[in-house]
Amino acid sequence: MSDLRMRIDGREVTATEGMSVLEAARGAGISIPTLCYHEALEPHGGCRLCIVELDFGDWTQLVVSCVYPARADLVVRTRSEKIDRLRRTILELLLAHAPDSEPLRELAEEYGADRNRFEQEASFCIHCGLCVRYCAEVKKKDAIGFIDRGIRKEIAFLPEIAARECEDCKECFPLCPTSYLQAAWVLLDAQAFGA
Amino acid sequence: MTPLRTPEELAAYRQRLADDRPADRPCVSICAGAGCLASGAGEVIAAFETELAARGLEADVDTRGTGCPGFCQRGPVVVLHPEGTCYLQVKPEDVPEIVTSSIQGGQVVTRLLYEDPVTGERAVHENDIPFYRHQERTLLEHNIRIDSRSIDDYLAIGGYSALEKALFDMGPEEVLEEVKKSNIRGRGGAGFPAGRKWEGSRNAKDEPRYVIVNADEGDPGAFMDRALLEGNPHSILEGLIIGGYTIGAREGYVYVRQEYPLAVTNVTLAIRQAEEYGLLGEDILGSGFDFRVMVHKGAGAFVCGESTALMTSLEGRVGEPRPKYVRSNVKGLWGKPTVLNNVETWANVPLIVNRGADWFTGIGTEGSTGTKIFSLVGKIVNTGLVEVPMGMPLKDIIYEIGGGIPGGKKFKAVQTGGPSGGCLPEELLHLEVGFDELTEAGSMMGSGGMIVMDEDNCMVDVARYFIDFLTEESCGKCVPCREGLRQMHRILSNICEGKGREGDIETLEDLSEVAMEASLCALGKSAPNPFLSTLRYFRDEYEAHITEKRCPALSCKALVSYYIDPDKCRGCLICMKKCPSQGIEGVRKQIHVIDQEKCDACGVCFEVCPSRYDAVVKISGEPVPDPLPEEERMIVKVAGDE
Amino acid sequence: MDLDRVDEIIDNHRGEASSVIQVMLDIQTEMSWLPREALTRVNERLGVPLSRVRHIATFYKAFSLVPKGRHQVHVCLGTACHVRGAPRVLDTVEELIGLKPGETDLDLKFSLETVNCLGCCALGPVIEIDGKTHGNVSTGKTEDVLSGYE
Repeated sequence: MSDLRMRIDGREVTATEGMSVLEAARGAGISIPTLCYHEALEPHGGCRLCIVELDFGDWTQLVVSCVYPARADLVVRTRSEKIDRLRRTILELLLAHAPDSEPLRELAEEYGADRNRFEQEASFCIHCGLCVRYCAEVKKKDAIGFIDRGIRKEIAFLPEIAARECEDCKECFPLCPTSYLQAAWVLLDAQAFGA
Repeated sequence: MTPLRTPEELAAYRQRLADDRPADRPCVSICAGAGCLASGAGEVIAAFETELAARGLEADVDTRGTGCPGFCQRGPVVVLHPEGTCYLQVKPEDVPEIVTSSIQGGQVVTRLLYEDPVTGERAVHENDIPFYRHQERTLLEHNIRIDSRSIDDYLAIGGYSALEKALFDMGPEEVLEEVKKSNIRGRGGAGFPAGRKWEGSRNAKDEPRYVIVNADEGDPGAFMDRALLEGNPHSILEGLIIGGYTIGAREGYVYVRQEYPLAVTNVTLAIRQAEEYGLLGEDILGSGFDFRVMVHKGAGAFVCGESTALMTSLEGRVGEPRPKYVRSNVKGLWGKPTVLNNVETWANVPLIVNRGADWFTGIGTEGSTGTKIFSLVGKIVNTGLVEVPMGMPLKDIIYEIGGGIPGGKKFKAVQTGGPSGGCLPEELLHLEVGFDELTEAGSMMGSGGMIVMDEDNCMVDVARYFIDFLTEESCGKCVPCREGLRQMHRILSNICEGKGREGDIETLEDLSEVAMEASLCALGKSAPNPFLSTLRYFRDEYEAHITEKRCPALSCKALVSYYIDPDKCRGCLICMKKCPSQGIEGVRKQIHVIDQEKCDACGVCFEVCPSRYDAVVKISGEPVPDPLPEEERMIVKVAGDE
Repeated sequence: MDLDRVDEIIDNHRGEASSVIQVMLDIQTEMSWLPREALTRVNERLGVPLSRVRHIATFYKAFSLVPKGRHQVHVCLGTACHVRGAPRVLDTVEELIGLKPGETDLDLKFSLETVNCLGCCALGPVIEIDGKTHGNVSTGKTEDVLSGYE
């Protein structure tokens, strides 16, 4: 593993081959907001909040730092007017689902996002997939998964597996940036095993 | 069939085919493409078979159900060989006359020929018909000549000679050079130069490598890939084998949507035939090159047309795209170098190999070489598939080939590039169609859909339609696409329903920026195009909807009203009987009145009111006139009424 | 539920996990829906987690987790059909058979689906019932097209 030198927000940063730009930044103490990233899981690239700008001199490119590989001599900007604007709208879209989520409210404050810009949605899942991926990748139980696609996509437990595995685990609960996961569990518990 | 083991055996077999089927042998070709089948081509084929058998001609005259020649508007299309006589809109009851007059009598059945709508002149051969005359059909020309289920038919017109040439006369480097020199750009959407894509894979260190045909044609209103797959599957297969040989792949996939059952059948059959003939499998024609091809059916997800989603799907997962920061020609299927090209791109490969890059670059423009097949649909006289040299102006395609707008209506826009393309207005009709030209104008080439719209089409509704489509088809993985499109769709629907508000356009612009800049894949990145292009060229329509609650095209249901013009209504009861909401009051010979409370603006009354009365009026943004009081509704008999 | 048939289908695809979508398509084609026991069998035989099988079954449009009606009505909402008035045709179909897209009636007579393009744009608006294409359907003609199916 060779060391890569790059610049993030004007600072010289050293990363190792195989790291993402996000990991390189975090390693140097530079914070980039994320909602779907977890160091124990494969990067997902779903929330897009960690979008940053690469400067190639003549041109710039917006990339998502959790999935963009760190490379030698990259010049990265983690904040700009445009990045902030994109993050703000993304947060506003998510606040339509989970207006009371603590991590979302903190970010909304930082980026000036209006929690009432869009009409409220029924479900407060923001599809970060942390629970699904944690259960599959770390616990290897696949007790929870996604169903459907697009705007109808949801998380759902598999009752037959959940009945066996979940009661004593529940390690995914604290990962959820909204409290949707608990709600889904409570519902399942009530329906399937008789609360 | 024993497999052909050498180029010589292939040549000998081809010669035998030529001897067996002299060029002057009579043959009836009937288009058996989806459009013609829907118009009754199956019955026409059966009628020919029965009629020829009844007259004892079945041994002398071949009957052939072929691929689509493109003129769907006038299907079923029948072409008689060797004369090349082209009959249109043929019905089973026309068949005995065709056999008697044309096949036995050598005469032309004039009434079945194309008739020019202006001059009334008849056209005997395909190429005399304006629809065909202005085309340059290098890909589609074979469709009507071959039975798509017969490898012999394909071999007889020179099929697999490009493969032979690539394997024995050229070698992979030379093929690659030729493809690069041809400057062919991908026909599936982004228009990336195919040669560079191939080279990237060939140079990638990793193995194995893969080649894939993207036949997940999902653009609504586009069916050129289907026509090629159904009509000439071997041409695509031949291109794929050559591609595999060039980049050093031993396995290829055809990813074809299961909604095209005939395409699945034909391409599966083609693979089996090619294996039997030794043109696929181990040691092809004794060259030492092994190659096999598998068919993978797409299970219905538009996003799988996106390359990484397609590959994810091939691996047996839900078709969610992956980040593309390392290109898929280096790290694609199973993480290995993979060349994925669209059906039409692959179909061009044998032509480029056989005729050379110079021939190919001689067609089209510098930036966009070769021909392109467009599916010309919507408000157009001649619906169908048209293959033209790149660079042809839009107006020539729409007016010279397409025959213009039907019903004396006025052209409003042409939408190109599929759901994430854009709408181009009348002032851009001079635009020459090419990858860069269309992109600059705010649209794109896409896979070649071309949907013509007239004055009755509302451009806000069109934007809403495409955003709705893309919202339905979004995979849901990333926020800008899933949530952004959800909100865009909501706002556009509100505007169409008269609930638009000040500031909606700006919000839509913000959401567009996020989708374009921050989405994971091309679906999200290009999704705002339908909105942005209609806003760019038809902003006044948005404003009329938002501020005046008026739909200028009289199309948005919530913004239109119908009433019956008392001066024109003859009290015939037709609209009253057909109204699904029982919303029309009236008795015979009394002026009918629409109950605005019950009316849900379905427009059935407008449609069924006899044209000699034309009494139903459609309005938007203005109040409905008060109905006549009941005592004044009696119709006084007018001279001349029946 | 004929699980032997499901096994045959799986064997035809050599039991490879990557062929899970192809296996499920074959089951869907054969049974016109995906019964729960069949999915469990796919999970066991191919070693694909049930969560993924379920996601696939709900992600792709070809799959159905409920039985379908005797007559499959497909209203084309492709662009060419749309600009020629397909939305109004769909409204009329919905009213006449009392179903929304994706629904099947209780006596399993009709299933209504919308499709994105049937490739018969010259005939739009198009309704396909049990594979037979009805072209140039207007709102006024819809009732005639739907009558005659029992």
